[in-house]
Amino acid sequence: MLKISTAPHLTTNRDTRALMTDVIIALIPAALVAVLFFGLAALKVILTAVAGCVLFEYLAGRYWFKTGNTTRDGSAVITGLLLAFNLPSSMPVLMILCGCFMAIVVAKLCYGGLGKNIFNPALVGRVFLFISFPVQMTTWPKPEFLNLWSFDAQTGATTLGILKHLDASTSATALVQGTSAESIPAYWQMFVGYTGGCLGEVSALALLIGFVYMLWRKVITWHIPFYYMATVFVITAVMWLLTKDVRYEPLTHLLSGGLILGAVFMATDYTTSPMTKNAQILYAVGCGVLTIVIRLWSAYPEGVSFAILIMNALVPLMDKYAKPRFYGSRR
Amino acid sequence: MTKLKTFRIGGIHPNKYKITTDSPIIDAGLPDIVTIPVKQHIGAPAKILVQKGDKVKVGTLLADADGIVSSDVHSSVSGEILKIEETEGEFGYLEKMITIKVEGDDWAPSINRSDDIIREIPFSAEEIIAKIREAGIVGMGGAGYPTPIKTTIPENRKIDFLIINGIECEPFLTADDRLMVEKAEQIVIGAKILNKALGIQNAIIAVDENKPHAVEILSRLSKSYIGVNVQVCATKYPQGGEKQLINAVTGREVPSGKLPADAGCIVQNVGTVNAVYEAVLKNKPLFERIVTVSGDACLHPANFRVRVGTPASFLIEKCGGLTENTAQVIFGGPMMGTSAFNINAPVTKLTSGILLLSDKLAHKAPAGDCIRCAKCVEVCPVGLQPFMIGRLVRAGMLEETREFHPLDCIECGCCAFTCPAHLPLLDYCKLAKAELKRKK
Amino acid sequence: MENIILLSILVLGGIALIASVILYFVSQKCAVEEDTRVAEIENLLPQANCGACGKAGCHDFAVACAAADAKTFSNLFCPVGGASVMGKIAALLGYQTTAKEPTLAVLRCNGTCQNAPAKIIYDGIDSCRIAAGISSGQSGCPNGCLRLGDCVKVCKFGALSINPQTGIPVVDEEKCTSCGACVKTCPRGLFEIRPRGRDGNRVYVACRNTQKGALARKNCAVACIGCMKCTKINPEITVADNLSYIPAGVSADQYGEALVKACPTGAIVCTGKQTPEEKAHD
Repeated sequence: MLKISTAPHLTTNRDTRALMTDVIIALIPAALVAVLFFGLAALKVILTAVAGCVLFEYLAGRYWFKTGNTTRDGSAVITGLLLAFNLPSSMPVLMILCGCFMAIVVAKLCYGGLGKNIFNPALVGRVFLFISFPVQMTTWPKPEFLNLWSFDAQTGATTLGILKHLDASTSATALVQGTSAESIPAYWQMFVGYTGGCLGEVSALALLIGFVYMLWRKVITWHIPFYYMATVFVITAVMWLLTKDVRYEPLTHLLSGGLILGAVFMATDYTTSPMTKNAQILYAVGCGVLTIVIRLWSAYPEGVSFAILIMNALVPLMDKYAKPRFYGSRR
Repeated sequence: MTKLKTFRIGGIHPNKYKITTDSPIIDAGLPDIVTIPVKQHIGAPAKILVQKGDKVKVGTLLADADGIVSSDVHSSVSGEILKIEETEGEFGYLEKMITIKVEGDDWAPSINRSDDIIREIPFSAEEIIAKIREAGIVGMGGAGYPTPIKTTIPENRKIDFLIINGIECEPFLTADDRLMVEKAEQIVIGAKILNKALGIQNAIIAVDENKPHAVEILSRLSKSYIGVNVQVCATKYPQGGEKQLINAVTGREVPSGKLPADAGCIVQNVGTVNAVYEAVLKNKPLFERIVTVSGDACLHPANFRVRVGTPASFLIEKCGGLTENTAQVIFGGPMMGTSAFNINAPVTKLTSGILLLSDKLAHKAPAGDCIRCAKCVEVCPVGLQPFMIGRLVRAGMLEETREFHPLDCIECGCCAFTCPAHLPLLDYCKLAKAELKRKK
Repeated sequence: MENIILLSILVLGGIALIASVILYFVSQKCAVEEDTRVAEIENLLPQANCGACGKAGCHDFAVACAAADAKTFSNLFCPVGGASVMGKIAALLGYQTTAKEPTLAVLRCNGTCQNAPAKIIYDGIDSCRIAAGISSGQSGCPNGCLRLGDCVKVCKFGALSINPQTGIPVVDEEKCTSCGACVKTCPRGLFEIRPRGRDGNRVYVACRNTQKGALARKNCAVACIGCMKCTKINPEITVADNLSYIPAGVSADQYGEALVKACPTGAIVCTGKQTPEEKAHD
């Protein structure tokens, strides 16, 4: 018997799973760098987060939401990887699992699963941990190249933490050890990732390799990462030129903290980013502005997570009102 | 290298599968019986002029255009009319068709059957349009809009561009490609005829870069014909769409809900242009066309010159028959064509291809959940938001889709092709269209 | 310290005052005057908002009732609520109601998977309208049921369901309110609102195929072939386009059995009464 179906009769073989696999591949360089600089402790965090996310997705989907096994599409693996990338390597296992639960069950499945969540699950998990366990979340082991057994590494401040302290130092409070302007890492250190911070965010190089891979595989377009990073760069550059203050150094802002990780992997999350080009640009610029506002004028040294989460909430609105011009409509 | 022209928004690059690019056009021969539908065009069905039992020759007028938007239908074979009745068509619905038993191959004497190329155009614009009308020529790209209406320009419009569409962006199909290679000079002269009919100086033959052979031959020829130029375009689907081609070649846009003439453009398919040449200079009505028979389940893919009314199954037999792994038979291209319910349905003036697809290619994976990847928005050549239309249709909010302009959809299928969740976005869009048209 | 408390009270109080003044004027300006009876009528209505009455919803219908005079009121009818609801509304407004015979939706096709076997596999979305656009349907009957359940989706009362054995929809007589949503939705126009009949006895032609006899039978065993035999039993029955139509006026009690017996293909269906075969079966 012949089949009949509606056009088009050909479809792409790039299904959801294939796209997610490409994102996972793009995340691998950053994971390698994390293990290289933070040792097996980093590997432990990554594996715990991925396993936790997949497990929660499976259990909750099967026994609570009755949506069946949705782990096959690979999105839980990405959430796990991204969550791990947002944690310091000294994070205790149970806390990571708490974050996984928040990310997968509360931020994703409660909204209806993949494609229906409003907020980026990994970021919800991270922010939850950040607010619940602030001490553990801001204890940054110092990177040690190829020292795999680094479970009790020395700790230090992140670049953005140093900038924040410089802020305080102007008002003549005591300087914290190792937070003077001289202790800001060199650009090359920040670029390859030889600096303190969360697992995945330290190496700009590894993240950019992932970015190029995703562009080449057409997983994402360049718009959101470019406009996000460009906004941060332009605002800090203007302020730096005006004040010549080391706190506004644009390249430091670009390379430090979670900016590149956020811009390339978090802000471009399919589900929680806008659908139309206009809205995507608006969203990326909004993320950039909020990041800088939080970094420079709030109590937190880093603002990428909050900036993206705030902009996530505005996505439906932007999708509705930033419609693109369609072919043949009046100019 | 300069950047090749293409349309501004969206588009996809599906696998080309142009298996038959180098297969020369061969004559399909005559079947025992042909069934000729009286409606092979947009508009009113033609009025039947013949009766059961009449003897007809190749090129005899069978049915006369009924009104302005309609077209003549000619006999494609010589023989006896067996019956004139409702017959099961391609979709399984009944259509009025004239069934003719083939006896010999006796052509009407008025048709010039020689292969000589005539280069003089001794007719006025009105005479040309009259000849096009008499030959029953319709847009052979697939839309089937009667050509004489398209070439008659209303007083208040000015046409700046005549674009000859040699893009053929659908995978598998090579009928236009072969026609351009083998009948290049006829097409160029046909373009000159249309220039004269439209009263303009310049025709642009648009060919995409994946047809180097056709580009080379046409470019060489166009040097010796003033007023015919070749424009090479980048390969991208759906560049062969009228609106997309206008945008690619001229940078203009057809206003929403208007005709190409409103943008000062006329687009004609190369097949149509060849038919115009034959009609005007050889007195040959439109009763045969080039059909690609191909597909991954087809044993011997080929390009055929086929008489209108030939059953599709006759051509499929010629190519090795319906193989075991054939899951679908497609009339037209795989992106916009229709799957056949009845493979004995006849080839019409609009059938550009017959494809046998295996389950591997034609398989429709079960639809998942939208992951909001925005790929449908990215690829839509009209710049619509198919995901939103789909979401509203799924929620039963058909009326609310209006603000997302489904009526501007050209049904190219880019959205459904590219959707990683395999959502039938085009179907949703069609549902919204049908509802909005009903309410209008 | 006192200053702060005083200032807070003043600021907050001031904001409250200004807001209340604005709210007062807005509510005055934007107030909608409505017939008080509208709300009462609305309370009587079933609140299904199905649109079967021809209005946009129950509220709209209530407005129309309140605005109607005795004459125009007789044109208004809520098929879902039926005579009892209309009686209550009429009592409220002080009008007379005209009795209406209870009705239900009837599927005029018996093209089950058994009677009209599939010739082709439909591989697409569950939408009759889409399927009708690309083919005459799995069975090949250009007028028959497409078995994809557009009617089921549109029924707000859960009165329709696809019988998995036959593939065609079944009307639940208890639940059907004859709102007519299925009539409007079916791309083949297979549903008809007919009187329920005494004791549920109805007789109708379960076929809409307009093809000539032989063609119709090719696709479906129980197609109407327009043989005119039924017209001989009751002259009210008409045959047009090779298709017979039994008007609602033809009594099922009186003619039902004879019509079913006369029909050579079994296209005529008589409900309520047992067919001879069923009797034998019992």
